[in-house]
Amino acid sequence: MVYEALTLQLGYNATLVAIGATLLGISAGVTGTFLFLRKRALVSDAVSHATLPGVCLAFLLMAALGGDGRDLIGLLLGSALSAGIGLWCLNWLTRNTRLAEDAAIGAVLSVFFGFGVVLLTVIQTLGIGKQAGLEGFLLGSTAGMLWEDAVIIAGGGMATLMLILLLRRPMILVAFDAEYAAAQGISVSRVDMMMMGLVMAVTVVGLKIVGLILIVALLIIPAVTARFWTERSEYVVLLAGLSGGLAAYLGAALSATAPNLPTGPIIVLMSFALFALSLFFAPNRGVLAAVMRHIRFQRRVHLRQGLLALAQSQPIYEKLTLRLLRRAGFVRPDGVATEAGRARAAKALRDEKRWEIVRADQTHEAAAALYDGLREIETVMTKDQIAEIDRRIGAPSEVLA
Amino acid sequence: MVLELASNMGRVPEAPDLAESPLSIRGLTVTYGQKPAVFSVDMTVEPGKMTAIIGPNGAGKSTTLKAALGIVPHVSGQVQVFGKPIDTQRARIAYVPQRASVDWDFPTRVIDVVLMGVYRELGLLGRLRGRHKAKAMDCLNRVGMREFAERQIGQLSGGQQQRVFLARALAQDADLYLLDEPFAGVDAATEKAIISVLKSLRAEGKTVVVVHHDLATVTDYFENVFLINTRKVAEGPVTQAFTAETLQTAYGGRLATAQVDQLAQAVG
Repeated sequence: MVYEALTLQLGYNATLVAIGATLLGISAGVTGTFLFLRKRALVSDAVSHATLPGVCLAFLLMAALGGDGRDLIGLLLGSALSAGIGLWCLNWLTRNTRLAEDAAIGAVLSVFFGFGVVLLTVIQTLGIGKQAGLEGFLLGSTAGMLWEDAVIIAGGGMATLMLILLLRRPMILVAFDAEYAAAQGISVSRVDMMMMGLVMAVTVVGLKIVGLILIVALLIIPAVTARFWTERSEYVVLLAGLSGGLAAYLGAALSATAPNLPTGPIIVLMSFALFALSLFFAPNRGVLAAVMRHIRFQRRVHLRQGLLALAQSQPIYEKLTLRLLRRAGFVRPDGVATEAGRARAAKALRDEKRWEIVRADQTHEAAAALYDGLREIETVMTKDQIAEIDRRIGAPSEVLA
Repeated sequence: MVLELASNMGRVPEAPDLAESPLSIRGLTVTYGQKPAVFSVDMTVEPGKMTAIIGPNGAGKSTTLKAALGIVPHVSGQVQVFGKPIDTQRARIAYVPQRASVDWDFPTRVIDVVLMGVYRELGLLGRLRGRHKAKAMDCLNRVGMREFAERQIGQLSGGQQQRVFLARALAQDADLYLLDEPFAGVDAATEKAIISVLKSLRAEGKTVVVVHHDLATVTDYFENVFLINTRKVAEGPVTQAFTAETLQTAYGGRLATAQVDQLAQAVG
C-alpha cells in the first residue's frame, strides 16, 4: 500500500494531490528560506491567518451575486486581498508605533483570524447552500481536489520560483546587510515588500492543500532543516526546496494510503521528520556533532591537565583524567607514570614554558593569539623558532630526565 | 531658537565651486523621534583626500553618513555626490558599514561577501564569471585575507570581518569610499592593513571618508577632519580644524582638559 502510494498508483485524485503538494512544497521551501534568512519567519504566520476573512467575504460576495460561492479563483483572490491588508497593518504597526514586530504579528494574526472565524460561523448559520468546504481552508482539504486546482497550484508555484530567480541577489543582500544594500541604492522596503508578496502568493496557493494554520510550517521548517547542512545561502535555498518538496510528496502519498488521513498535517509531520534527522545527524551544526566535539575537547583538556600534573608530581584525583592517562599508556593501573608518560609530561610542561615566552614577546603576537592552553606549539612555530625559545628558557628543566 | 531653526532650514545651497566635491551635504537634519541627532549640518568633502568624521559618542557621526546615503531617512537637507544627485552616482560610492550591523552566523563564505560588491555590476540576471571571482580574490589579497576565501564568515575574528567588509567595498571599483568606524575593536595588524589600503586608494586619487573614534591617530591617518556634535563644529585640514579649541567645543566636558592639551601638542 505504501509502495503503491509512493509510486503514485492510488488513483487520479491521489496522484493529483501528490504532484500539487510537491510543487507547493518546493516553492514554499524556497520562498521561506529568504524569510528565514531575513529573520522574519513569523510574519508568514500573520499573513496566512489574515487570509481567512478574505476567503469568507469572497464567498459571501460570490454567493450574494448568485454565483457558486466556492469558486477557487474567487476565494483565493479574496484571501490574497485580506492577507495584503494584514501585511499592510503589520508594517504600519511596526513602523509607526512603538510595537515591536513580534507584538504586531500577534495583534494582526489574532484579530484577523478571530474576524475570519466569526464570518465562518455566520456563513454556517446563514445556511447558504454549498457552504461546506470553507472550513477546509483552515487545515487544508484535498479530498475533492480538481485538475484546475492542481493547475493553479502549479502555475502559482512556478511563477514564485521565477520571481525568486530574478530577485535572489537583492533579497540575499538585504537579508545579510540591509545597510549596505541601501547604500547601493536598493530600496530595502521594496525588496521586503516583494519578499512578502511572494510569501503571500505561496500562502494563498497552498490554502487548499495544507490550510492557513499550517502553511507556516511549509515555509519555515525546510529552511531551518537546510541550514543544518550547509554554510552557503544558495545551497540553503536549494536544499530547502528539496526538503520541502520531498516532505510534501511523502506526506501527500502517505495520506492517500488510508481514508480520512489529513494531507496537510501529515506533510507537516514529514517535514518535521526531516528536520529532526538534520537536527541530530547533520555534520558540524547537528546536535550529535556538537556533543562529540565537546567530548573530544573535554578529553584533550583532561589529558593535558593530567600530563601537567604528572610533570609537577601533583596527585590526580579526577577519575576521567586517570582513565584517559591509563588508556593512553601514560600511567600504570596503580597510578604511577610510565616511561612514555613521563616523557610526554615533560614535553607538556616545556611547551607551557615555551608558550609563556611566546605570549610575552611582542614579535610573536600573531602566534600568541592562537594560544588556548591546548594547541601544540609546533603547529604555530617553526623548528628554528622553537629552538630559539628553548635557548631563552635555558638549561633543560629538572623534569626532562 | 525657532528663528534660528527656520533660518537654518531655509538656507539655499551656496558655493558653486564646491559642486565637484565627491560628497557635499547641505542643511542635513536627522531626528530620532523629536530629538535631533544631526542638526542642519553642512559638509564638503575635498576630492582625493582622507577625511575623518570625529565627535563624541552619540554626536551623529555615523548618522550623518547613513542619512547622506539614504540608509536612514532625513527630515531636511540635500546631498550631492560629484556634483550630481546621489541616486545617479550610486555606482561610484562604496560604503563599509559597522561590523556589528550584520549577523555573522549568516550562511555565507568570505568570497561570497566580497562578491556582493559586484552585484550592482551584474544586475539582476548577470552570471557570476571567472573574472568576477578573480577580482574578488584580488580584493581579498589586498586586505591580506586571500587564504580565508572559503571560510564561513562566522569563523573570522573581528578584525578579519572588518577586512572582508573592506574587500567588498574594493570590489565595487568606486571613487568615493565611506567607512563607518572601521577601526573599532580591531587588532593592530588589521588597523595597519586597513590604513595601508586606504592610503593606496588615496594614491589612486580616490576620496576616503572615515567615521573615526580614536583621537590619537587622527593626525597620523588623515589630512582633513570634520568635527561634529549634533551640529558641525569644524571642518578643514587637520592643522586648522583639529585644535584644542575645536575639540573642546565638540567634546565639551567629556574630554579631560589634560587630554585636550596633549592632543593639541600632538597637533603642534
